[in-house]
Amino acid sequence: MREIKSSQAYRDKAKAASAKPATFGEDVELDKYSSSAEELPYQENPSQLPEEDQKQMTQAGIILDEQSQRSGTIIQMDNSVIHSLAKEEGLELMATSQALRTYDWILDYWWRAVAVDSDKYTAHVELNQNDGYFIRALPHTKVVYPVQACLYLAKNNLAQNVHNIIIAEEGSELHIITGCTTSPREEPGLHLGVSEFYIKRGAKVTFTMIHNWNPEIVVRPRTGVIIEEDGLFLSNYVIMKPVHSLQTYPTARCVGANATVRFNSILVAAPGSMMDVGSRVFLDGKGSRTEIISRAITTGGDIIARGYIEGNAPDVKGHLECRGLILLEEGMIHAIPELKGNLAGIDLSHEAAVGKIAEEELEYLMARGLTRTEATATIVRGFLRVDIEGLPPMLSAELQRAVEASEKELM
Amino acid sequence: MLEIKQLTVRVEGKEILHDVDMAIKSGETHVLFGPNGSGKSTLLMAIMGFPRYQVTKGNIIFKGKDITMLPLDERARLGIGMSFQRPPVVRGVKTGDMLTACLKGEGNKKSISQLAEKADLADFLDREINYGFSGGEIKRSEMMQLMAQKPELTLLDEPESGVDLVNIALIGELINELLEKDCPIRKRKCMGLLITHTGHILNYVNARTGYVMLDGRIICEGDPHEILATIKEKGYEECAKCVK
Repeated sequence: MREIKSSQAYRDKAKAASAKPATFGEDVELDKYSSSAEELPYQENPSQLPEEDQKQMTQAGIILDEQSQRSGTIIQMDNSVIHSLAKEEGLELMATSQALRTYDWILDYWWRAVAVDSDKYTAHVELNQNDGYFIRALPHTKVVYPVQACLYLAKNNLAQNVHNIIIAEEGSELHIITGCTTSPREEPGLHLGVSEFYIKRGAKVTFTMIHNWNPEIVVRPRTGVIIEEDGLFLSNYVIMKPVHSLQTYPTARCVGANATVRFNSILVAAPGSMMDVGSRVFLDGKGSRTEIISRAITTGGDIIARGYIEGNAPDVKGHLECRGLILLEEGMIHAIPELKGNLAGIDLSHEAAVGKIAEEELEYLMARGLTRTEATATIVRGFLRVDIEGLPPMLSAELQRAVEASEKELM
Repeated sequence: MLEIKQLTVRVEGKEILHDVDMAIKSGETHVLFGPNGSGKSTLLMAIMGFPRYQVTKGNIIFKGKDITMLPLDERARLGIGMSFQRPPVVRGVKTGDMLTACLKGEGNKKSISQLAEKADLADFLDREINYGFSGGEIKRSEMMQLMAQKPELTLLDEPESGVDLVNIALIGELINELLEKDCPIRKRKCMGLLITHTGHILNYVNARTGYVMLDGRIICEGDPHEILATIKEKGYEECAKCVK
């Protein structure tokens, strides 16, 4: 296993926080999982990977056979980065361990968007780090096609500890698709993923993350985003497959004037799944803006859908929309939208609604000749359709395809 | 043909319609007048088959088939369509999706955009159905969906309410197309039953028979224009007195 050294100061902080429980989510016994896995060989051609692995990756939005629509691909299986290739000029893509060896300055971005001592999970990643990806768009580079990154959990009972650093330099544009998935064997595992995003002045990043786990997997991602003046960060998160327990609360700070961040989440909780998912935005720059939209459906699992917007600067604007659909008799959705304004002249709003499909809506569609099942499917499809402003049409279509693929199973 | 025989309907335990009889032949349009709460909408909802409207007595026969116990969606597929007075907003479902559903897979992009242009709703196909629509837009959207659905029996619940005069003319045109008014009477198949309070729509749509409904009973049947003129002049009180 590669040894990854950041700095002693971080290690000391991590050690001090190694038993610190997270604010949200059930506590995970980290000792139950192993952090060591054998080093896996590099794959020059990932389309040669076993078919069952490829199938899982495809369901998480990763394309391996035809990569002409991708500017680069990085795949981490267990603790090994098994493939990494950047195809576009101005795009840097490599394992985090390699980035640490390549750039001294990387430590300027290390634990700056996420605190190393946030909780025991961030501490665990620092103390047991097994790579991750480094993606950087050079200044004023427009990376046309998305970069795809796959984090694959193959080994039974493994704790995958990844630390990702994403930097969009000034005036650059970058689209990322991250697919997190696991072997189809439905074995237990723990995914701890720290992602730190730095969106420099005038840069634009879209980040689409599709989770395709199994009912035994525990997931604790920790994401921080810093957006400078006129920067844009657009996040789309989709989880429509079962997971044992997921807790995540990505936090974005709009530090520059007119910075913009949008979080869109599509969550489907099957019986046995517990999801505590939110998005938190601090509007610290004058005129910065945010929109947080979540769509949650339960078919028997439990979902806590959080949202928090804090306005700390003049002329900021934020809107939070959280809608939940309880499709069957079982399941729970708890929407917790929060707004905090610290000065006059800010504009923050929210709307939240949780319930089952209104009978009146079903009957309206049935009066047009649809059966009850067809009417339900039409409403669910509409509910899951989030028209994402700013997302390139190609990505929007891919996201829609990913949602529709899972929809069929849902119905 | 639609035949309603001694129809008695309960809503949430309360009897609203009592022994209603009505017959609409192919190609005919009939009009239902009556004060608020008299049971007009209940009759339309019961014919359409909404589960809340429980038929406790009588029969609804459509195209020779007793549909009294037939579920709502099967009635729609059999050829009954309804323009809602206040349709619900269905978030996420786009107007174009509704048209696709109404066309039952027979439509294409061209036919959908033609329908939308006809209803002056070309810019609405990507909008969520009824979300933020004005009164006139809702009514035109209802007509547009019915034109895609092509029902043999069209139930129209106050198609002109909340609509300005320009829009009433367009809605009248759309209703006439739905009810095949440009066909010779003998060749018309489509039937219509419409509720109107103001009677404005009758300036655009010809109807053969009018009814007055009071307290869940049809108390009068005759020429719709004559009935409307009487109501305008003397009010429903006169109708009530007339029955007594």
